Amino acid sequence: MMKETTTDILVIGGGAAGLSAAAEASSSGAKVTVVESDLHLGGQLVKQTHKFFGSKDEYAGTRGYKIADILLDEIKQNEKNVDVMTNTTITGYYIEDGMFTAMRGEESYIRIKPKKTIVATGAQERLIPFPNNDIPGVYGAGAVQTLMNVYGVTPGHRVLMIGAGNIGLIVSYQLMQAGVEVAAVVEAMPKVGGYWVHAAKIRRMGVPILLRHSIKEALGDRVIDGAVIMELDDKFAPTGAERKIDCDVICLAVGLTPTTEILSQAGCDMRYVPQLCGFVALRDRTMRTSNPDFWSAGDATGIEEASAAMVEGRIAGLCAARSLGLPVKSDRFDEYWSRLDHLRAGEVGEKIRAGVAKVMRDRWED
Amino acid sequence: MNENEMLFSSGVLTGERKGAVSPPESLWNDKKGGLVVVECPQRIPCNPCNTSCPVGAIKTFADINDTPEIDYSKCTGCAICAAVCPGLACFVIDLSFSPDKALYKLPYEMLPVPSKGDSVDCLGRTGEVLAKGTVEAVTEPKRDRTHVVHVSAPKELARDIRAIRVVK
Repeated sequence: MMKETTTDILVIGGGAAGLSAAAEASSSGAKVTVVESDLHLGGQLVKQTHKFFGSKDEYAGTRGYKIADILLDEIKQNEKNVDVMTNTTITGYYIEDGMFTAMRGEESYIRIKPKKTIVATGAQERLIPFPNNDIPGVYGAGAVQTLMNVYGVTPGHRVLMIGAGNIGLIVSYQLMQAGVEVAAVVEAMPKVGGYWVHAAKIRRMGVPILLRHSIKEALGDRVIDGAVIMELDDKFAPTGAERKIDCDVICLAVGLTPTTEILSQAGCDMRYVPQLCGFVALRDRTMRTSNPDFWSAGDATGIEEASAAMVEGRIAGLCAARSLGLPVKSDRFDEYWSRLDHLRAGEVGEKIRAGVAKVMRDRWED
Repeated sequence: MNENEMLFSSGVLTGERKGAVSPPESLWNDKKGGLVVVECPQRIPCNPCNTSCPVGAIKTFADINDTPEIDYSKCTGCAICAAVCPGLACFVIDLSFSPDKALYKLPYEMLPVPSKGDSVDCLGRTGEVLAKGTVEAVTEPKRDRTHVVHVSAPKELARDIRAIRVVK
């Protein structure tokens, strides 16, 4: 017989948003089950060796992997309320009877029937097509970070970074910290997409950031031994100017897209929002979706910084616990929203604000 | 877009901007311990420079996205902000160090960590080698592996030297 468990709140994903949701909900007395597909909790936080931005409330000035430890310590304080399943992947949701199926390890299947669910599944990397992108040596930035910062393995000797968003800029810096040379960062847009200070950090270490440039093709037979990059005009068409870059690694940091299959299976109203980088669930300010038993938080609701993911997780955890009739400190709701508003108020938050406006609904009917 | 703006858009400061200004020379020249130079010209949600400053020299932000404003009369050149800033955008430059050299207190998160007495390359904002400098001290104010390297180097490069490279 397949094992079946129940729980008050199922949190899918043990990263920045999921851990924050679990910490918040369990502190209100809810029984929480966190399901994480990786072997350990922490999500992307465990790879983040750089210090975070934000304010003290978002652990500004603290390195990402330390923030994972802080969240895990907080969850430990309500240990009796939290059940953690690592190496466990949700494989489907059956709306007819409110049942999740999950695969634990490689052999065991379980069923989970929660009262409420918080989807904090994060995001997946986008890739761009170019000739020879199947030759070993072409990596996603997430893989490079995992290799270096989780397993202590450098991916190669000389890297061409594609994309100057925060991930491309930060991973370039981390590559240099690991002793790997960064040949150049190419970016199709006319300005860096990430924080200017992250760009300045690698510029002053001598890394060129080539704006209005993209990769044309990878070079190599069995492994990457170079790339051809091309200049783009203001309509993103090649100008004809090309040059060869010597490198043994091509690292793609060309954006993320929200992971939302479970939300679709749960029948949540979804909308394609370019500013949030893909299909996301419509939500109210409690982070509840159009399915009254489903909340969502973090990159699954739109690609944004981890600092915002943690606040969204708090909101979802608080509101899911409240929906169970548990006593929650309701002034926290306004406090969290004021933090989120502040995080989004800057120049880089403009896109997020426009995206969120498209998916925010008044409170769903109770 | 002109060349200066294009360069700025790629992460290189080109001239002063809000959030990236040099201290006034009248206060800077003789200030023992030096004054902070912040290069943070973009509105982003971040305020550890303010919240970590022990003397209130980096003014409190009305909005966390504000760019830093500095009260130079309060700055002691302690370089705590240099150690704390997640963007490595705070530097302290002490022009009173010697007749021809300034002391640059620069954040450093690379390996190897230099030692007192080492000769290092002093770099400008695009990584160009501007001069050789001598390491006078290495501190780790927050014990969090962000070092602040104190390097003596020619004074006339005070507006240009922003990083070091340890040459083996």
